Amino acid sequence: MIPELGQFALGLALCLALVQATLPIAGAATGRRDWMALARPAAVGQFVFVALAFLVLANAFLNDDFSVLYVAYNSNSNLPAFYKFAAVWGGHEGSLLLWVTILATWTLIVSVGSRSLPEEFSARVLGVLGIVSFGLLLFTLLTSNPFDRLLTPIVDGNDLNPLLQDPAMVIHPPILYAGYVGLSVPFAFAVAALLSGQLSQDWARWTRPWTVSAWMFLTVGIALGSWWAYYELGWGGWWFWDPVENASFMPWLASTALIHSLAVTERRGLFKSWTILLAIIAFSLSLLGTFLVRSGVMISVHSFASDPARGVFILLLLTLVSGGAFTLYAVRAKHMVADGGFKLVSRESFLLLNNMLLVVALVVVLYGTLSPLFIDALGLGKISVGPPYFNSMFLVPMLPLVLLMGAGMHATWLGMSGETLARKLAIPAVGALVLGLLLPWVIFGSAGVLTVVGVVAGLWIIAASLFDPVRRLIRRDAARPLTRAQWGMTLAHVGIGMFVLGVTVSSSYSIETDRAAVPGDRWELAGYEIVFRGLRDVQGVNYAAIEGEFELRRDGTLVTVLTPQNRVYRVQSSPMTEAGIDARWYRDIFIALGQPLGDGVWSLRVQFKPLIRFIWFGALVMAFGGLLAATDPRYRSKRAESRVSSGGAVSAETG
Amino acid sequence: MWRYLLPIGVFVVIVGFFYRGLYLNPGFVPSPLLGKPAPEYDLPRLKDLSQTVGSKDYEGQIALVNVWATWCIECRHEHPYLVELAGTGGVPIYGLNWKDDRALALDWLDTLGDPYEASAVDATGEVAIDWGVYAAPETFLVGRDGTVLYKHISPMTPAVWEREFLPRIAAECGGLPCAASAP
Repeated sequence: MIPELGQFALGLALCLALVQATLPIAGAATGRRDWMALARPAAVGQFVFVALAFLVLANAFLNDDFSVLYVAYNSNSNLPAFYKFAAVWGGHEGSLLLWVTILATWTLIVSVGSRSLPEEFSARVLGVLGIVSFGLLLFTLLTSNPFDRLLTPIVDGNDLNPLLQDPAMVIHPPILYAGYVGLSVPFAFAVAALLSGQLSQDWARWTRPWTVSAWMFLTVGIALGSWWAYYELGWGGWWFWDPVENASFMPWLASTALIHSLAVTERRGLFKSWTILLAIIAFSLSLLGTFLVRSGVMISVHSFASDPARGVFILLLLTLVSGGAFTLYAVRAKHMVADGGFKLVSRESFLLLNNMLLVVALVVVLYGTLSPLFIDALGLGKISVGPPYFNSMFLVPMLPLVLLMGAGMHATWLGMSGETLARKLAIPAVGALVLGLLLPWVIFGSAGVLTVVGVVAGLWIIAASLFDPVRRLIRRDAARPLTRAQWGMTLAHVGIGMFVLGVTVSSSYSIETDRAAVPGDRWELAGYEIVFRGLRDVQGVNYAAIEGEFELRRDGTLVTVLTPQNRVYRVQSSPMTEAGIDARWYRDIFIALGQPLGDGVWSLRVQFKPLIRFIWFGALVMAFGGLLAATDPRYRSKRAESRVSSGGAVSAETG
Repeated sequence: MWRYLLPIGVFVVIVGFFYRGLYLNPGFVPSPLLGKPAPEYDLPRLKDLSQTVGSKDYEGQIALVNVWATWCIECRHEHPYLVELAGTGGVPIYGLNWKDDRALALDWLDTLGDPYEASAVDATGEVAIDWGVYAAPETFLVGRDGTVLYKHISPMTPAVWEREFLPRIAAECGGLPCAASAP
């Protein structure tokens, strides 16, 4: 009975979503306050029922209810409880329910956080979120019901895909979805503005913290996925330009551009229609990602088992939601005209360049991801686009972007003289140039052109970001303290600089060796001695493994013992590689056990990866910057002010 | 006001392609080469760039042409089985090392074993385009008269070998003693 309760709850949520999607928007158009007032209760009710459905499914997993088809497919009684819970989103149906649950959560937060906004506006925002939610709930119930029963229950389940039995994979999907789905909020704000036909600078201030929050989750989610691929896929790569990775990266590029154009719209009232367009594009790319992963139009290690009916449905949803928004944009955007121009050397110029370059990068990734499909659909044959295309093409917009970033932070709104800007930048620029030219030679003894360019660029961003804050600290300049949002921007940019350094140094100076070894062998790697001690069998809860034991020594003293494993998960009998990694902030030593080659010889992949941690740590620093920016008191205090006035109005009315 | 119409225009085109894409199978490549002569090529040998290797090397015999690269994760998964297949001394395997780094490729063959009679260096990917390569790994079965008998995309596995390749090899041998067998 309990699983049917989940299905029933989803049905009720669908009804509430329909209410939320229609009446508040109609009410805003006709001025009916009672209709508009339905938005919040509908959002709260929808959240309650969606969350209930989610808990029902989690309960089915935790209690091994294999009469539920989805549970039987994705769990097993021997699976550790931790992974049973994560298995809720281990397949298509459950991860869709996670999508809907996270959307309902964002909607709930918006319904609370938008109390201070004008009534028509928040009714429209919640209405748009209701439309998206209605579409996805209908999709879940019609094509992907996670509560379908098996007529004859089976004794034990098919187990969770072993690739997903990993701590990072437990948290990666919810965080990534929080980012993906969170972009529905700026989308709803944009559509609400188009519906009203007005866009004030206040609009940009309301939209900014939501955009930055979603961006922060997206950043952490992508970094987690990359980290997982690094140690779990077994071969030490951290980004593969796989269609599904690209599907998460494109909304990130679009939302990064959106954050920057929102800044211009808020401060200067410029780029209005462009900002609206970016908000629509960012969420459309999230939906596009959902389509790519779940429709079967792409081959990817990440994609779910696909079904043409699902593909058609998501495409229809994409057409209605994004197509509707783009149409509205075509009709209304011309009313959102800018209030003025700007000077050549100004913050506005740099942010315009930032947006242009990010859009070029977005087009590069979008074209590379979709062109196999396009060429195929045109009947021109089958092509594949691999890392060589992306790695070289992506550098074209990224290099100028990182170089301009350092300067843009120091440019002032409304304009300044080029000379003043150059004087501000001279010290960090010279510092980065000197250190960037020297350090690779001093530390590694050699450097190619691209390596030097990358190191200089990374140091330049960090130096330019920190130069001003550090100088103020040293001078104890308490008169003009940095705001929390400014600290956020500074840290986010420092994170980019760390990322650039990590990518450059790890790809330039990694030592990757494949070797055949027998127990007892010892060899040198980047100043370390590695001793292959031996192999043993290990029994896990639901897998059997062969574990290698490797001593890592430096100057004769033991640094650590690494134990990479080759696992075979019993139920699905699929082999998995668990790499042994000694991680330090400045380098990783990575050992993955390959195949037995006979006579006790094993193939091994042994790698030295300097500064690779900076890739993910940089992303975390970016996200932390986002957290600071999103929680700047500026957003809250203005809200509190307007809340006082609207509260006063309400009491006056009721009193 | 065409510029406000541009986004919806681009969107409609993309959606049109997606709709068409739903009825295509990205994993199925109906190789136009099936039953047709395999494209000829003559490329530098991976292990000795001064020599060449190409279609002339397997003229008149059954051969497998395997497209691989060190950046291809699935190639690593299929590699041990290719080594095993080569060990049976059945059908010779010719490699096409696709858009790869030569040092890494040599290192790969040294440590994981070399199942290939020889690997051709296709640095620009031109030969792979001639062969209609969609994604590595791909394995072509070329008959004695030089026609493409079969093409398999994704890693070679014992199941695929027995189900798809062995019957075709047996048919090609026409009841004559055929060296190829399952290892």
